Amino acid sequence: MAMNATAIERISTKARAISLRLFWRRFCRNKLALIAFWFIIAEVIVAVAAPYIAPYDPYKGDFLATWETPNRLHWLGTDDLGRDVLSRLLYGARISISVGILSQVAIAVVGVPIGALSGLKGGRLDYVIMRVIDVLSSLPTICFYILLMVALGAGFWNLILAMTLTGWIGIARLVRGQVLSLKKTDFIRASRAMGGGTRYIIKKHILSNVMTPVIVSIAIGIPGAMFAEAGLSFLGLGIPAPRASWGQMIGIYQAYIRTAWHLTVFPSIVLALTMLAWFLFADGIRDALDTNSSFSIVD
Amino acid sequence: MLRFVLSRIAGLVGVLFIVSVITFGLMHSVPGGPFDARALEKQQLVPENIKRQLNEKYGLNAPVWKQYTLFVRNAVFLDFGYSMAYPNRTVVGILKEQWSYSLQLGLLTLLFSTAVGVGLGIASAVKPNSILDYLGTGVSILCLVMPSFVFAILLQVVFSVWLGWLPTGGWSSPRHLIMPVLANSLAPILVLQRYTRASMRDTMKANYVRTARAKGLSKNRIMFIHVFKNALTPLLTVGGPLAAGLIVGSFFVESIFRIPGIGFYFVSAIGSRDYPMIMVTTLVWTLIISLAYLITDLLYALVDPRVTLVRED
Repeated sequence: MAMNATAIERISTKARAISLRLFWRRFCRNKLALIAFWFIIAEVIVAVAAPYIAPYDPYKGDFLATWETPNRLHWLGTDDLGRDVLSRLLYGARISISVGILSQVAIAVVGVPIGALSGLKGGRLDYVIMRVIDVLSSLPTICFYILLMVALGAGFWNLILAMTLTGWIGIARLVRGQVLSLKKTDFIRASRAMGGGTRYIIKKHILSNVMTPVIVSIAIGIPGAMFAEAGLSFLGLGIPAPRASWGQMIGIYQAYIRTAWHLTVFPSIVLALTMLAWFLFADGIRDALDTNSSFSIVD
Repeated sequence: MLRFVLSRIAGLVGVLFIVSVITFGLMHSVPGGPFDARALEKQQLVPENIKRQLNEKYGLNAPVWKQYTLFVRNAVFLDFGYSMAYPNRTVVGILKEQWSYSLQLGLLTLLFSTAVGVGLGIASAVKPNSILDYLGTGVSILCLVMPSFVFAILLQVVFSVWLGWLPTGGWSSPRHLIMPVLANSLAPILVLQRYTRASMRDTMKANYVRTARAKGLSKNRIMFIHVFKNALTPLLTVGGPLAAGLIVGSFFVESIFRIPGIGFYFVSAIGSRDYPMIMVTTLVWTLIISLAYLITDLLYALVDPRVTLVRED
């Protein structure tokens, strides 16, 4: 009997030790996702190192060099105040990446416990939470974003707050569904029969099993949040000037497209490439974690 | 069935009530009123006493909860009053007039994206790994990574600035429609192409399709009578909300191409603190989206006999 228990222990730890390596091996099999992964790593490094590698100060104008098209001194040209577009793009990467990651972390921190509680406790609490989710999801998302941003005022942290207020719904619903179906599984019933308490079951079984869809949802949510940041900044409600954000640059300079195309085209290209990389990366993560979903981007 | 519809409609009234409270609260928590905003726009100072009179005229000096109850009382009779930014037009009048532009844009987008999205989806399901399959995947990747406002601007650069073929904005001739519809179609094409393809592939694995093949039916007959009709059902679930999302207008496409639709008016109403305009637009949007979900559920039960709306336990 005792030997049996240790054998099970050994098998289970072995399986877990393999799973991280297996995840990486499976991930590497998807070449596109791997390229996207290295692109993202490079972009993060560039964003972190922006103050050291940016050729110019992104906030300092040079009034002798305004509206310049790409040339040897300013590789991607300068804007109406003579600020270097390349430097501003590099600083914009910091905004985009930090909004994407921070908002998703905040959404997970708020959404996962609410969903788990709702699924586990059931009853009146579940009813109330579900009605709140129903109401919030029947509001048109962009409309809610815009109203929130106007009420809160444009700014980095307000943007994250607005995204958290609208975004926790999806992940809470996801976790609740997972918990509801997990509650009925044999291994949780067995664990309970062997005397596992609620807290033990949540920590040992529920959290580890819910993590996979949560990770996938975060990975897909990051480019979604970047998209939203760009859109709100485009409308002038996201990141306020003078801080540089890609969406904001596109929004401000789209009016000058006839005379200064480089001011909108370069941020657009960077934004689209970044979105592509993050979506491919998220796709790779989902494939590697092997959650089944019929809606995939590349297969 | 009737009970289901009635309970959903009762729920809808509750949703509208809560949405109206949230919107009203958010709107009034923003600093500055409609007359400050208008003064700022016209670069002039409104004397204090005139502002006070204006506020009194529009009932803006009352406590917020009183303003809200007044709004609800009038809303029951569908009386939303005059716009604060356009004092000579009623809110309902503005909606009626401006919505026709959004509706045209939305319906054209729906037509175009259905043709392209469903067409590409079918083609890549029928002939996997063909050129059309790769084209479908390529188009959907483009739709996924391109924000509509970025695509709209790139279209303007190419077709208006470089080639000079199409006008950059406005809404008067068919040539004005091409770029807005293209830019607005990105998200719907992505969703429709992916779902059609996935749904067709799932259906092609069904037993009755194998039986049909074993009976010796022609490939075209199987594809269109057996597979396509059954694959359409899951498409309904995405199609309803998608259509609703399109007819409520687009903030980005309308503002870039200067189309005087409802999305454009909503953004400017927020800027000018046009309270009645913001309230009514938000509520009508919520109504349309909720109704779209309800209609989708009903259609689903109608098309697929396996689905029941009433809980069986």
